[in-house]
Amino acid sequence: MSIDTSKVATSNSSAATAKKPGKAGAVANWADERLGLGTAMKKNLRKVFPDHWSFMLGEIALWSFVVLLLTGVFLTLWYHPSMAEVVYEGSYDPLRGVLMSDAMASTLHISFDVRGGVLMRQMHHWAAMIFIASMMVHLLRVYFTGAYRKPRELNWVIGCLLLLLGTLEGFTGYSLPDDLLSGTGIRAADGFMKSIPVVGTYLSFFLFGGEFPGDQIIPRLYMIHVLLIPGILLALIAAHMLLLVYHKHTQWPGPGRTEENVVGFPMLPVYAAKAGGFFFIVFGVTAIMGGLLSINPIWKYGPYDPTKVTAGSQPDWYMGWPDGALRIMPGWEFHLGGYSFALNVFLPIIVLPGLMFTILLLLPFIESWITGDKREHHLLERPRNAPTRTALMVSLMTFYGLMWAAGGNDIIAITLNSDINQITYFIRVAVFVGPAIAFWVTRRWCISLQRHDEAKLLHGYETGVIMRSPEGGYSERHLPISENAAYTLTARDRDVVWTPGSETDESGVAAPGGRLDGLRAKLSTLWFADNVQKPTAQELEEARHHAEHEHALTAALDGVAADGHQFDGHHAVEGESLRGS
Amino acid sequence: MRILNSTAGRLSRHRRGRLAGALLLLVGLVAAGGLYTAVMTPASAEKTQDLASQVEEGRKLFLVGCSTCHGTNGEGILTDRGNNLGPSLVGVGAAAVDFQVSTGRMPMAQPGAQAPRKDVVYSEEETAALAAYVATLGPGPAIPDESDYSIEGLDSEAQEAAIVRGGQLFLTNCTACHNFEGSGGAMPNGGYAPTVRGVDAKYIYEALLTGPQNMPSFSNGNLTPDQKRDIIAYINSLNESAGVGGFGMGSLGPVAEGLFAWIVGIGALVGFAVWIAAHTTRSNKKKVEA
Repeated sequence: MSIDTSKVATSNSSAATAKKPGKAGAVANWADERLGLGTAMKKNLRKVFPDHWSFMLGEIALWSFVVLLLTGVFLTLWYHPSMAEVVYEGSYDPLRGVLMSDAMASTLHISFDVRGGVLMRQMHHWAAMIFIASMMVHLLRVYFTGAYRKPRELNWVIGCLLLLLGTLEGFTGYSLPDDLLSGTGIRAADGFMKSIPVVGTYLSFFLFGGEFPGDQIIPRLYMIHVLLIPGILLALIAAHMLLLVYHKHTQWPGPGRTEENVVGFPMLPVYAAKAGGFFFIVFGVTAIMGGLLSINPIWKYGPYDPTKVTAGSQPDWYMGWPDGALRIMPGWEFHLGGYSFALNVFLPIIVLPGLMFTILLLLPFIESWITGDKREHHLLERPRNAPTRTALMVSLMTFYGLMWAAGGNDIIAITLNSDINQITYFIRVAVFVGPAIAFWVTRRWCISLQRHDEAKLLHGYETGVIMRSPEGGYSERHLPISENAAYTLTARDRDVVWTPGSETDESGVAAPGGRLDGLRAKLSTLWFADNVQKPTAQELEEARHHAEHEHALTAALDGVAADGHQFDGHHAVEGESLRGS
Repeated sequence: MRILNSTAGRLSRHRRGRLAGALLLLVGLVAAGGLYTAVMTPASAEKTQDLASQVEEGRKLFLVGCSTCHGTNGEGILTDRGNNLGPSLVGVGAAAVDFQVSTGRMPMAQPGAQAPRKDVVYSEEETAALAAYVATLGPGPAIPDESDYSIEGLDSEAQEAAIVRGGQLFLTNCTACHNFEGSGGAMPNGGYAPTVRGVDAKYIYEALLTGPQNMPSFSNGNLTPDQKRDIIAYINSLNESAGVGGFGMGSLGPVAEGLFAWIVGIGALVGFAVWIAAHTTRSNKKKVEA
């Protein structure tokens, strides 16, 4: 039996066929078939990020780190990490014929004899200053908005480590040119190490390969600067950003934004363009600064020589605050069994930074312990809605700022014609009093702002329209704020004071109270004390009724000039009388 | 001897001649005048006369303008607590007066930690008179000559070598207080090392020589006159060479750099971040609210 196939189409030309891919598509396809990028990219290219300027502060750090890598590689091509003594024969006249280390001579060579060398050096240095500064600004943003709460505590810890490593990276880089300033810095670091009781001298000998300065320190710092720390930095930055993607970005509360979603724009094409553009802006700002502003003019400092020092010998800004602590520390020192204990060095420069860093690292854990808040948070909190948290950081910032000022006490003295001793005495007291005042002021300020928000919710915003009541009293007219604004203001949790026994296990049995429970409950009470909670639905409803009532009372006056205005001298008042009479 | 005797005899024969008296008078006058001219020139006589009157003038100025603190004979005045109201000026020399008065530091407007540089009060002649008077109180350094502090006389190679030596001497002896670019620095109790940039070479030389106020004096045993000259040459080279790296931000070191990193660097970048976030994407002509 034969089948009639005359009716069967010989081709399926009407069926859909894949169009021949374009060039880019062909490349993408080639890569996808070999690397499986498609699956990985499908989701992540459309990853949504919320839009707010404060979310781009960390990006400044990221991009300045890229600038650091690029310019740093350029510098390594000519820099010699060697302490061998050479006679400078380069083109900078005032130092020609002077004995110096090869490190210094090669840095001068980069500055004067390599095309674009001084620009690269200055860009590298400015980028380093901006790198650490932007990390700190980013840290403050994360802190003040409560973005470090669960589940992001570990990313906070990674960020803190990045800040610490960035600082160390900066210090090692500062030391490499072996000019007068960096030598003074290394000498100071040697002293800091030696101030550590018992092990100090061993540490110093270990690092310097013998007594200061030896001929080992520059090569060792170089290895740490170009290999060890950048490697760890890169790994931590990768971890920091992977966690960012995994946690998803936090967002400000607002209509349509919840703890479960992220409202914003997709990675491609919007954020790729924005972030990519921002890289070029960071690069450009660094290049302009490197081109126009002289930073670390080593040719003026000259080579390091232990017999020399210059006024204005300061570390770069990020090491300024421990330097300030060192400057204002009284000269406490004692001797025990033939050994010196230099507390005047050890306390401000070894103990204090370690203590401050530990506090910084533990901040999310301290807060969640006090508040007992173990929930996940993806919506940011306005600084005013966490008055104690905000006040705590402002207090720490005040401490930091005062220490910073102490680190520049000589520059303040000469630029403001003041007495360096008086500045020092003032700051010795202010570092204790200032943070306390700052804490109190900030906390009350936040609470006042909360009250203002509450007033806006319950009574509306101030219109600037002054009403006179029939009795002759004056009042300002308030109008209700928009629904969106009201939503945003109320999109926050009510504060819950932690009380002992409030935590229960899955069977509902209260956890056994620890010895610290009393302290924890007290701290939790203090943490939330005087905070203004958002109004309840009932309160809002009453306020709405009240507003409608008010409005009804004054509705008759809408669009009508207040009585008596006709006698203001600009109108004909023939036959007019006050309406009441 | 015989010739002398015969000449004397011949002259003697005319001793009672009519013109002899007049001639003798003329010879005597010419000899005395010549001798006077040879030994005591009128110029030096004038100078002595001038110096004396200059010192006298200086003394008068000193009594009016300086003696309140330094004492009527420049011997200095102690306060009740044993501090110097004004130090003794015996032996400070003309150089010290020239430095203090020509830069306006003296007379002081008010007592204080340090006499600041200010508008000059005395004219050049008055300053010279004061210097001349103080120089008579005791031996001290004189006002230096331009040849002492100028490297103009050297050839270009020697000038360059002088600047190199001066730079190293400057970094060893001066920068600890005056900063690596001579921008100045703070000293204890309200004192300060003033800037040395833009200061006349002569005054730098005099300051090195006399050690005014908080400054130690660098006698010629500490720094030879040539070394002082080299340091001044280096400072001048700083004035002349434009900033290699760009704007120096006051040449105050890392504190100024940190300030600029925060204000210019972070300021600009945060500004750009605000700008980028403010210009959000749009799929149509209307602005999208994210």
